[in-house]
Amino acid sequence: MTIPSTVIEVEATPGGDPVLAESLESRPAAGRKLLHGFLTDVPAMLSLGYIVLILLMAIFAPLIVLVSGWGPYEFDQTAIDPNMGAIPLGPFGGISAEHWFGVEPGSGRDIFARIAYGARVSMTVALSATFLTTILGVVFGLLAGYFGGWIDTAISRVMEFLMAFPALIFMIAILSALPSDNRIVLLVVVISLFGWPYLARIVRSQTLSLKEREFVESARASGASGAHIVFREILPNLTSTIVVMATLAVPGYIGTEAGLSFLGVGVVPPTPSWGQMIAAAAPWYAVDPMYFLIPGMFLFLLVLSFTTLGDRIRALIGSSEVRA
Amino acid sequence: MTGDNVNDTADDLLRVEDLCVEFRTAGGVTRVVDSIDFAVPRGGALGIVGESGSGKSMTSLAIMGLLPKGGAASGSIRFEGTDLLAQRESALRRIRGDRIAMIFQDPLSSLNPYYTVGVQIAEAYRSHRSGVSARAAKKVAIEAMERVHIHDAARRADHYPHQFSGGMRQRIMIAMALSMEPDLIIADEPTTALDVTVQAQILALLAEIRRDTGAGLILITHDLAVVSEVADRIVVMRGGRLVEKGSVEDVFSDPQHEYTRRLLDAVPRIDDEIGELRTTAIPVVCGEEKR
Amino acid sequence: MIRFLGSRVLGMLVVLFLVTLFTYVIFFVLSPDPAVQICGKNCTPERIEQIRANLGLDLPFWQQFWEYISGLFTGREYVVAGAVVTCPAPCLGYSFQTGQLVSEMIVQRLPISATIAIGAAILWLIGGLIGGVLSAVHEGRFTDKFFAGLTLGAMSIPNYVLALVLQFVLVVALGWLPFPQAVPFAEDPGQWFLNFLMPWIVLAVGYAAVYTRLTRANVIETLQENFVRTANAKGLSSSLVWRRHALRPALTPIVTIFGMDIAGLLGGAVITETVFGLNGVGKLTADSISSNDQPVIMAVTLLSAFFVIVGNLVVDLLYTAIDPRVRTAARA
Repeated sequence: MTIPSTVIEVEATPGGDPVLAESLESRPAAGRKLLHGFLTDVPAMLSLGYIVLILLMAIFAPLIVLVSGWGPYEFDQTAIDPNMGAIPLGPFGGISAEHWFGVEPGSGRDIFARIAYGARVSMTVALSATFLTTILGVVFGLLAGYFGGWIDTAISRVMEFLMAFPALIFMIAILSALPSDNRIVLLVVVISLFGWPYLARIVRSQTLSLKEREFVESARASGASGAHIVFREILPNLTSTIVVMATLAVPGYIGTEAGLSFLGVGVVPPTPSWGQMIAAAAPWYAVDPMYFLIPGMFLFLLVLSFTTLGDRIRALIGSSEVRA
Repeated sequence: MTGDNVNDTADDLLRVEDLCVEFRTAGGVTRVVDSIDFAVPRGGALGIVGESGSGKSMTSLAIMGLLPKGGAASGSIRFEGTDLLAQRESALRRIRGDRIAMIFQDPLSSLNPYYTVGVQIAEAYRSHRSGVSARAAKKVAIEAMERVHIHDAARRADHYPHQFSGGMRQRIMIAMALSMEPDLIIADEPTTALDVTVQAQILALLAEIRRDTGAGLILITHDLAVVSEVADRIVVMRGGRLVEKGSVEDVFSDPQHEYTRRLLDAVPRIDDEIGELRTTAIPVVCGEEKR
Repeated sequence: MIRFLGSRVLGMLVVLFLVTLFTYVIFFVLSPDPAVQICGKNCTPERIEQIRANLGLDLPFWQQFWEYISGLFTGREYVVAGAVVTCPAPCLGYSFQTGQLVSEMIVQRLPISATIAIGAAILWLIGGLIGGVLSAVHEGRFTDKFFAGLTLGAMSIPNYVLALVLQFVLVVALGWLPFPQAVPFAEDPGQWFLNFLMPWIVLAVGYAAVYTRLTRANVIETLQENFVRTANAKGLSSSLVWRRHALRPALTPIVTIFGMDIAGLLGGAVITETVFGLNGVGKLTADSISSNDQPVIMAVTLLSAFFVIVGNLVVDLLYTAIDPRVRTAARA
């Protein structure tokens, strides 16, 4: 369900490390060219546009909802037909001027409002988890790769251990056993716990190869401390890899959160989450397909946008490196 | 262009005229080989010398028709009278490996790690000769391995490339080239990846094979010492252009071009005075930096 | 070779042990009163007492853990409503909610999960390989871009959304397929096939996209290798160059990943099974989580981890058979 790390590994080392490190000389010029290339790339811009849209939707949800008229927790009994098993009145699941995306069968809640609030959950969890896993992954990957020895062994064993877990099942199990407050924090922690090893593994292998390079040797020869080398010499060379990895991790976590919510262990109702809405919509799929299609569409497009963005960034970095 | 005043005979094994190799990239068109001419007589040995980026490898790839994507060659490359640049791919495949064989620089990456060396030596033979059984081809492979002085060849034919040392692997590459008894062998930096002691052995092997089979040899290298051991004639390339051409004795004793002189000067000699570091600046030509 | 194998098996056992311990600790720590949890929704005070006694819940943690572990190897006994129930080795527990031995529950459902996993695996492997090779051969041209877009979409759609879309389109709107039900193969092979078709497709789509990209990347990279240049320099036929020197090195690493993915799925495709209502191990997991049937949750977690870890080992061994470089290192 989450994009396996193997793909990220294969594809996230554009052209191989040597190419990445080689661009040290023309940094500022390359940066500007990169930005220009990025801004004129149609798929990247479209994706970024959609992402910004959803971000704004998430941030300003309370305001937006004031404009659209209905909150996410309000029931509108006038919009559903009690005689027909409470399906929404009107075509396309009850889309109307009042309810821009229609209403939920059974409860009559405004779908637009719930989508807006659901965006909060998706973005918060995914972005926080990405932030956390990136930090953990980079720190542990650097430590393991640079210092080697028992530090590397210890960290690698922990990583193997975590990766051997059937993550989804475990996450479901942990989340179901715990009480339901602070769900979002819990989701972020659990997802990050099983997610960081994949990033750390990539960072570690890149650090291992960078460590052998001449510029590291010369830094060491001129008396630089370990910390200096790690943060000033090696880390900057990893930036493009990290950016690509992080961007590609987000859609995975969006999917994971949605999946967990779909299975009922994500945020607790009535807090809306896109995954949960789809789960609720499943029984109604034959009579009210809009109910699952709308959150499904939003989910699909968000994951698509982040993946496309990551892909385009990686392609841009790769091609600029080759030219340099 | 300086130096050469030998009459080219029409009987040459290989005759290259006005060869240009260009690459089309997003940034434009780059010319990596610029209008070079040279010839290799039957049984002769030609050394192509130059720094990295001088276009010498591209020249050899152009002869074989193996230019990387985006590359195009023009001019004429006559091999025993036939212009290779005018041939279709199917005809080139028949010539490659059978009449012109090539040996590359890094024998470890040039051999497929998943198959035994016996299979890899034999496959050229089976591909070019029809109706050959696996067993017969393997015998040919073992013979080829023995020709290049690999001990216990029958057993070692079943070993994988990573089980051999660097020098042995290069011998295997030579065995692959030999197995078809080609008329011309092109060796692209065959000793660069090897230890100095092993280098001498490989060069001696190449010389021996030339003597025994009468095959022509093109040796590409940046190392003047290597060239002087093996080649009769030498061609010096720089920035895609040919700057000097002639017999090894002539060029070494009386270089006509400034660049050649500087190259020769840069080679340390046993009778040099100790204590003096001889540095000569070799001016950089556009396109040579950033390798 | 034996030593290599031995060290790997030992490592595997250690990891398995740690996973078991970790899982047990989580459940022990997280459930304040396990007896109530285990008892589930329709509980009576007598049952709670029974559970407490049966599972020795007043005993110290390590003793309870020991009971569990030893139960895995030697079996255990439970007292249920006065009667003794033997749980033969490996004893994965007893579900007080459903009144069944957990191992029986799992064994009943394994065939369905296996069917889903294997059918989907065949689909995604074939699809992925074909898509990847075609993309690599036509790199940069239309076919490549087409597959790039297709895989992007396929990777982005959550499989439950795809499941609902497919069901709506194929079953409700077009009526091409029946509502999925479990029909045994022996009864009606045709129906059996049609019923599994949608779950197979839904599960395979995401993996096929990943495999296409992976195959494409591997083939393109392999085509740059020096030994491919050597093969061409020897004048080998292009089909031989492709088979021996391009495809074989490119596709071999995919075997590893394929093995791991199948192993992961044997523990049950939770979401796919739930959406289609198929009674496999995955659905069992989902159901037991919502009804809080702890012995079952614990058991499926362990089983999944077991498959993944063993799968890892099998794949490693397979690699020694396939890659000559690893083979000689293993023998040394």
